[in-house]
Amino acid sequence: MVQYNSSYLDASFAALADPTRRGVLEYLGRGNASITDLAEQFHMTLTGMKKHVGVLERAGLVTTEKVGRVRTCRLGPRRLEEEAAWIEKYRRLWAARFEALDDVLEELKRRDTAGDHEQGK
Amino acid sequence: MKHQTTVERKSDRELVVTRIFDAPAHLIFEAWTRPELFKLWWVPKSIGLTLLSCEMDVRVGGGYRLVFDWDPEPIAFFGKYLEVTPPVRLSWSNEENQDGSVTTVTFEEVDGRTRVVVSDLYPSKEALDEAISSGSTGAFPEQFEQLDELLATLGAGA
Repeated sequence: MVQYNSSYLDASFAALADPTRRGVLEYLGRGNASITDLAEQFHMTLTGMKKHVGVLERAGLVTTEKVGRVRTCRLGPRRLEEEAAWIEKYRRLWAARFEALDDVLEELKRRDTAGDHEQGK
Repeated sequence: MKHQTTVERKSDRELVVTRIFDAPAHLIFEAWTRPELFKLWWVPKSIGLTLLSCEMDVRVGGGYRLVFDWDPEPIAFFGKYLEVTPPVRLSWSNEENQDGSVTTVTFEEVDGRTRVVVSDLYPSKEALDEAISSGSTGAFPEQFEQLDELLATLGAGA
């Protein structure tokens, strides 16, 4: 389990308290975007958007990378952890299913080795 | 001995589950395509759901329908078989949601053991992201909160 210290949590809550920043997270969930794209999308100055992205970045919700003159933003490790948690639940469902399938297969193997040449279907 | 079940997000719109079974492919295929066998394992007891009915017309274009007991009303899962190639490949659509995935299962047998690969291919990245963010667990909808809790506590060892 990942432990968060309280200052990290405070940063997350503060970051999420703002509707524009929640909008940015939702937007980045659909694909990466540059600060310029985001500023346009949310009708904001570049400086204003940089501040919002900075808050999200410090909270670990967004990461940015500068390539040439463009700074690209993508969802950060915290969002990826949520996805990992969901995938783990999905895995457990299948693991439980497959354990039950193991039992069914043992039965079928016993039936087949019992010698009576029953048709498969 | 239990085999490991692994899940990987293979691409923006595809989830892949992989598992080895100590059984020949034709038996697994049989367990997947005969309703009286299928219902013994598709809804494992540990999940605490009751399957009210299970109809499967396993041929290309044939339909399936699973109905689960639920409050306030039963929930149905349904779709069509898109590919039926015993004992190597089985594919079906999931039509209970608008952006449902297409599930394809392949069975590769080597020396009496079989590798089963289940692929859930969503129509778009948005559809898979939506499934993830709504918390719906793949083949089960978000209403199944109890399942959610159960899966959270279920032994992670399997």
